[in-house]
Amino acid sequence: MTSAGSKAPERGPAPGGLGEMLLVVWDRAEPVIEFLIRLCGYSAILFVFAIFLFVFREAAPVLFGKLDLVEFFTSTRWQPTSEIRPSYGILAMLVGTVSVTALAMVLAVPLGLGAAVYISEFSRGKVREALKVLVELLAAVPSIVWGFIGYMVLGPMIMQATGAAVGINLLCGGIILALMSVPIIVSVGEDALKAVPDSYREAALALGVSRWEMVWKVLFPAAQNGLLAAVLLGVGRAIGETMAVLMATGNAVQIPRSLVDPVRTLTATIAAELGEAVKGDIHYRVLFVIGLVLFAVTFVVNLIADLVVKGVRRDRAA
Amino acid sequence: MSTKFGIERLGIGLLGVCLAGCASRGELSVIRVEGSDTMVNLAQAWAEQYRQIRPDISVQVLGGGSGVGIASLIDGNCDVANSSRQMQPQEIEKFQARHGSPPREFIVGYDALAVYVHRDNPLEAISLQQLAEIFGEGGRITHWWQLGVNEDPRFGRIVRVNRQNSSGTYSYFREAVLYQRDPQGKLIRRDYGLGSIDQSGSKDVIRLISRTPGAIGYSGMGYQAPGVKMLKISRGPGQPAIAPTAASARTPDPSQRYPITRPLLMYTVGEPEGPVMDYVGWILSPEGQKVVEALGYVPRGEG
Repeated sequence: MTSAGSKAPERGPAPGGLGEMLLVVWDRAEPVIEFLIRLCGYSAILFVFAIFLFVFREAAPVLFGKLDLVEFFTSTRWQPTSEIRPSYGILAMLVGTVSVTALAMVLAVPLGLGAAVYISEFSRGKVREALKVLVELLAAVPSIVWGFIGYMVLGPMIMQATGAAVGINLLCGGIILALMSVPIIVSVGEDALKAVPDSYREAALALGVSRWEMVWKVLFPAAQNGLLAAVLLGVGRAIGETMAVLMATGNAVQIPRSLVDPVRTLTATIAAELGEAVKGDIHYRVLFVIGLVLFAVTFVVNLIADLVVKGVRRDRAA
Repeated sequence: MSTKFGIERLGIGLLGVCLAGCASRGELSVIRVEGSDTMVNLAQAWAEQYRQIRPDISVQVLGGGSGVGIASLIDGNCDVANSSRQMQPQEIEKFQARHGSPPREFIVGYDALAVYVHRDNPLEAISLQQLAEIFGEGGRITHWWQLGVNEDPRFGRIVRVNRQNSSGTYSYFREAVLYQRDPQGKLIRRDYGLGSIDQSGSKDVIRLISRTPGAIGYSGMGYQAPGVKMLKISRGPGQPAIAPTAASARTPDPSQRYPITRPLLMYTVGEPEGPVMDYVGWILSPEGQKVVEALGYVPRGEG
């Protein structure tokens, strides 16, 4: 921190008055700049806490008392605007979120890790560079565009191929979410593979294994944690996605019995209902409780991913 | 050359801004209208027509939904709230706490809520009871063959297309179709069955039905489109099936009236004054009501 200050005289006499002046200004400015950078760092923490506090404040009045938490987590009856018997059961939406995410991962993990292995280990030169750029481009496609593709293109294809009564369903949402998670899995997975020292590859090949065996038996175990982190980040992406699933899953409150049943996710429920819910109403507040549930789920997933990545760093340092 | 042109245009633009600014200090007043998704096309058409009659009044229209408009009126963020449902007691209470007086309600037209099916669906008419058994909780009609549609394999399970549960259209359809009177005249209320495909807008419902042969759903009569078909509706077995039209929506004879008709409402803060009064007055006049008819809704009419 003070090193720059003590270093300045070592540079010797400045070639001109202007240079000297700049050095003096720099010395004076450094603490200010340092403070500003520190502020930027802390602001991230501040924002996370502010968002959590806001969501919690809106949810709190029903969280303790008015909302039956057992019913909330175990009932599939979601009738928040009923005039006879308002019910706030999110089980169907929980199952919806979990099933869409699980399906997305079943599709995205092999595809993403396969692409990461190909880019990192098998492709060369221009092909490799082109693939990396394309994967990044894929990650930049806005979620509303993915939703639109699901609704307009994939839905009708699913109806034709499976004879399903409606095209926007679990399968449609799962495929769209898989396509959205693949770029993250590829780029993080590729980084993890690249971090494995070349000496591992050389040693394996020198022992006479094929390249595929090298990937499977040497690189995967060595990059294990990094690859797991890639998958978990993909899961986080899939759970938190809103716009695309709102358009592509069909938004039906029910526990799916088949791949082509429409489902509804927690995120889509908030997006569809919050806008017109009466502010301060139980319905409005329960939607914020759902926000807290999502907050908790993504926090846990990110925390695990983070711990796993830290594990990687420690392994590498050792 | 082009730079000079650009600067000239900038100059003209600035002049325009200045003029607008000066005018607003003297004459130009802004009316902020917000609310019902069902009424947003209508509100925009009114605003456009009105600009030609009263260039000194600028009407700004926002959609968002009946609930959003009412919340906005309570918070004082708009002058007129469009709503396809009546204000709830809770909302009126909040309004009074904030403004000290109840809101003023105007009926500006009627909307017949049509029941839509896919264009290729052979069904022509349906009764309110059948609709309740399709959409209601524990409903017994789940397949098209139960309604006599059994030749085309595309019409298997009925795909119910519904609206998000906070929309005004959702609660109105529930009230008009699912709430029925028993023979003693007692009102039996019923919730929607879960598992329907919930869409966030009237147009989204129509678009989905036009792409899904087995689907059935509801939206305003004005949303008729090439891929879908409106069903005639009867009050019960043996009663006449009535097509949704402007005439059938407000005919004085109850037996000939289309059964799912609701008023379109405008709320203002107390008795309107100045430009807002002029605007609402014009909307209620024959000229404003012509716009209602042109957009496929039903004018207030005399009867």
